[in-house]
This record gives sequence, C-alpha cells and structure tokens, in this order.
Amino acid sequence: MRLADQLRFNWQVFSGNALRTGLLLLAVAIGVASVVMLTSVGEGARRYIDREFSSLGNRLIVVFPGRNETVGGRPPLFGNSPRDLTLDDADALARIPSIGAIAPIIAGTTIISRDNRSREAMVMGSGRGFFAVRQMTVSQGQIFPERANTDALSICVLGAELKHELFGNNRAVGEWVRVGERRMRVTGVLADTGESFGIDMSNLVLIPVKTAEQLFNSPGLFRVIMELKEGADENLAKQRIYQVIRERHDGEDDITIVTQDSMLESFNNILTALTLAIGAIGAISLLVAGILIMNISLISVSQRRAEIGLLKAIGASRNQVRQLFLGESMLLVCLGIVAGIAFAYGAVFLVRQLYPVFPLMPPWWAVPAAAATALAAGLVFSWLPAKRAAGVDPVLAMRGVLQ
Amino acid sequence: MIQLRGLNKTYQMGGQPLHALRDLDMDIQTGEYVSVMGPSGSGKSTLLNMLGLLDRPDSGSYHINGIATEQLVEEQRAALRRDNIGFIFQAFHLIGRLNAFENVELPMVLAGETTRARREAVEHVLQLVGLLDRKHHRPGQLSGGQLQRVAIARAIVMKPRILLADEPTGNLDQSSGRDIVNVLENLNSEGITLVVVTHDGNLGQRAQRRVRMVDGQIVEDERHAPG
Repeated sequence: MRLADQLRFNWQVFSGNALRTGLLLLAVAIGVASVVMLTSVGEGARRYIDREFSSLGNRLIVVFPGRNETVGGRPPLFGNSPRDLTLDDADALARIPSIGAIAPIIAGTTIISRDNRSREAMVMGSGRGFFAVRQMTVSQGQIFPERANTDALSICVLGAELKHELFGNNRAVGEWVRVGERRMRVTGVLADTGESFGIDMSNLVLIPVKTAEQLFNSPGLFRVIMELKEGADENLAKQRIYQVIRERHDGEDDITIVTQDSMLESFNNILTALTLAIGAIGAISLLVAGILIMNISLISVSQRRAEIGLLKAIGASRNQVRQLFLGESMLLVCLGIVAGIAFAYGAVFLVRQLYPVFPLMPPWWAVPAAAATALAAGLVFSWLPAKRAAGVDPVLAMRGVLQ
Repeated sequence: MIQLRGLNKTYQMGGQPLHALRDLDMDIQTGEYVSVMGPSGSGKSTLLNMLGLLDRPDSGSYHINGIATEQLVEEQRAALRRDNIGFIFQAFHLIGRLNAFENVELPMVLAGETTRARREAVEHVLQLVGLLDRKHHRPGQLSGGQLQRVAIARAIVMKPRILLADEPTGNLDQSSGRDIVNVLENLNSEGITLVVVTHDGNLGQRAQRRVRMVDGQIVEDERHAPG
C-alpha cells in the first residue's frame, strides 16, 4: 500500500468521525501546548534573570566572610567563621590593582524616626564605592563625601520611599533624622530604582561604614562588593583576593568569593533544571492523551471489526492492518502536535504583547521534546489497539460475531 | 486447480467442540460453477472460508494451482488471496465512508497499484456491473442490488480466478437477486471459477455442480448439464 493511499484512507476515517477525531486532536494539542508553554515560563524566568544581571553592566565580585565550599548556590548571609572580615581587610583588598570601586558593607535593621514618625528600616553602612558598584545615583542632594569612607560621619542617604514616608513631600536634604540612637543629617535621597536582587533599595538607609560599625557595635563586615576593572582577569583577581586575605588571616583564606558570572551561571543551572522539571510535568498530560488515544482506538477497533475483516478478505495482511491503525494514530498525533505548537506560540506571543517585561519564550528544545514525547506516547498506546485490529478473525468479524 | 484433501476443522462453540469439517476431500476445476448447500452448521461457510484462505484447517491439505497453502505464512496467504480470490458476502460489506469507486479500488490500493492502473481497472469493472454512472455514490445512496453489484465489482477488480459467494442474494429481493445471479453467471461463462454457498434451493439448482453438505461432510456431489 502506498503512503499517499494510506494517508488518504486514514483521512477518510477522520472526516467520517469528525467529533471523535477532533477530541483526540484536542487532547494531544493540549499536551503539546502545555509542555511548550510551561517550559516557556521557565525559560522566560532564566532570560529575565540573565537580563537583570547584564543590566548591572559591570563585573562584580562579592566577598563573604567564612568559607563555604559549595560552589554557587545560596551564599551565606552572615559569616560562620570565627574570624570576621574587617574594614582593614577591605582596605587591603582595595589596594589590589585589578579592583576598581569597592564597597564594604555592614548591614542591619534599626528604627529610623523623624519627629513622631518612625519606621523600621534596613541600614547599610558603606562608602562612596557603594554608589559605584550598585550603579546608584541620588535624585536629591549628594552621595557621600570622600571622608565617609574613613570617618564615622553622622550623615545618611535615604531610599526614595523611606524619604516619602518620613518627610512626605517636604524637603529632606539638610534635615535631621534619628537612626537608632544617633541623629544624622540627610545628605541625599536615592533615585528610585525599585528592587535589585531582592533588596528594596527604596526602603533603605545608607550611612557611612564607620558609623554603622559604631551603631551595630560590630567590626565584622556583612560582605564586600568589588568592581573588577575593565580587562582584568577574574580568576587572577580571585587569586589575589585569597592571597591578601591569607596574609591577613594567619594563612587561612576563610572567605567565600562569588562572582557575578558564577552567580549568573548557578541561576542559569537552577532555572534550566526547573524548566526541565515543569516540562516533564507538562509531559504527563501527553501520557494522558496517549491513554485516551488507546481507549478510543480500542473502541474504534471493535466498532470497525467488520471493516477489518473485509480488508483481510480482500487481501490485507496482518501487517497491513496493523500499519493502517498505527498510521491512523500517528497521523492524528502529528496533527495534534502541529495544532498544539501553533496554539502555544500564539499564547506566548499574546502574553509577550501583554507583559513585555517578562521575556516569555519556549526554549529551543521544547518543541522537539514535546513532539517526540507525543509521538512516543501515540506509538506506545496505539500498539495494543493496532495489534488487536491485526488479530481480528475475518470469518467471525464479517458475520458480526463478537470474540 | 483446487484440491482439498482430508480437511478437518473444529470450533469451540459455547464450550462444545463443533466439528465443522470432517476429512473433507474435494476437487474444483478451473471455470466450474459449484453450489454448496446444506443446513445451518453443516460446515458450508467454513468450507468457503477455507477455500478463501481466511481460515486454516486443523489438518489436511489445500492446494491452489499446485501451491500448498498450509505451508504459507500469513503474508503470503494474504497476497495469494488478494491476487486469486474474490469474495462476495451476504451483507455486502462495503465501507460506508467510501464511495463506490473507492470501495471497488480498495483491493488494488492494498496491492499498491498506481492510480492510473486503478482508474482503468475500476471503471472497467463498474462498467461490467452497469454502475459506472454511480461511481461517486456512497453506499447509503445505493439500493441493495446496486450495493451487491459494487461488491462484485470489488471482488473481480483484481482479475481473480476464483469467485467465492456466501449467500449473495440473501439480503436482496427477488428481481435484484436474479440480477446478481445473472452478473455472476456471466462472469462464470467468461471462465472464472464460481463457488456459491446458499440455502436457496432455486439458486443452488442453477449450478452445473451441486454439492450438499451435512455435519462437515459432503453427502451429495452431482454434475448436471448447463442450463
């Protein structure tokens, strides 16, 4: 039997059972579409993170106190080493030639108040370098003066929202606020940049790092963020950082270095794994579609027993009958795949129009994986019905006797 | 051309073994017109299925043109059936979603013939049964007699040498039945071997060779002059 003839024969079966065919097609299409769309969400998240990182522009190195042997993954929030990372360490790191701007950070939360208004806010003690490495600017007033790096000045820069909560629409620059136990003069208000890596910059108080040291009464740094100079080798810089710390910490490099690239890489790995996982969940619906195909095909085989008997009587062999029924399922699955992919791309396009911020996009492997799974499920689940069709006894079938 | 020797076939019917054929011997020559008659359960349909290679005997041998069919595998039997044997059934067994032309060309489609060869052969046999003008009609749009003529066209489209008819007039009124018998006898007169299984005494009497079966055995085998 020629392929074109078989396709025509299968097609005639479909058009003769439009509702049944339509429903099966829908089942396969939903399965394929769900795989493509779910993986699009995962891939979109990956691209979103990727874009966030590259929007930072510069190449950052973050040093945490304490050693964490795990590469990538979640960095330790607070040092678990008995030896703190200190401001002196940060000064030593700043002298490494390949390091540009550097921002040692002491962080904590405290009450900030003005007159009768008070808020609990995150306080970050750092220097001028903070503005450089996080690429932050002030919308009013000025950033820290040079002296803020070395002296415990009583000045602060407020996040945009915090400023609004404390001062309303009044001018804040030049006014005094109470941060913890200390009165400080507001020298600037941060430009509103929204969230950056989970820290709400608009609800932040920035104070000089020495001031923070006194405020929290702790010499230990929360972390040190550094900017790598243009053209500098990242690995060499890391080695230099370890070397400097070893010299200062009695031969122990008890710090953890996370680079922007390695952070990006671990985000990538996590999100790719996540995308695969949700893709696999989507594939379950393809299995369901496969089982549906098997059910319907079994019913169809028993309804068409007379026809199968006839085909055998006019010369179809067992193999030809099996091939006809398998071909029917495969053709159905192929049509379902095309419909599912078209629907998924349509939905993805629509969502991108509605939410241009989120770069929804199916990963390259989503379509081949969904198609292969659908074909495999179709083949596996139509095998039994096709086998049963091939085994129909023509003599009994044409007399209308049920086996 | 057909030689049956010591054919046995037993079916299980409701737990009871039913001896459908018992040590049956039979020879059919090319171009013969044979009717097989007998009561229900006498084994005549089983015999027809054996002749048509739709069923395998439990024991015995069946030769077509010297080919020992019991030694063939399923694929070979299907090919032999397709090329040499045409079937006509009481219930016509046309496929409802296909039109007359498509029903008739089905054996050729299964055989992988080209579209051009199919068109030629199908139009020829539809002409022969007088239904060329109905070739685009579906079975639902045709009368019983026309349906059976389409079925005959399908049975002869592969130019078989043997035509096996199982109660070909059983579902038809008298005039349509006569009509169908005429078509079949015309084919026989052109050399095709015709075997008709029937309950209908009148139909059976028309054959030159009349076989009567009871309990899976041939009890009568008469030859008469044509007419």
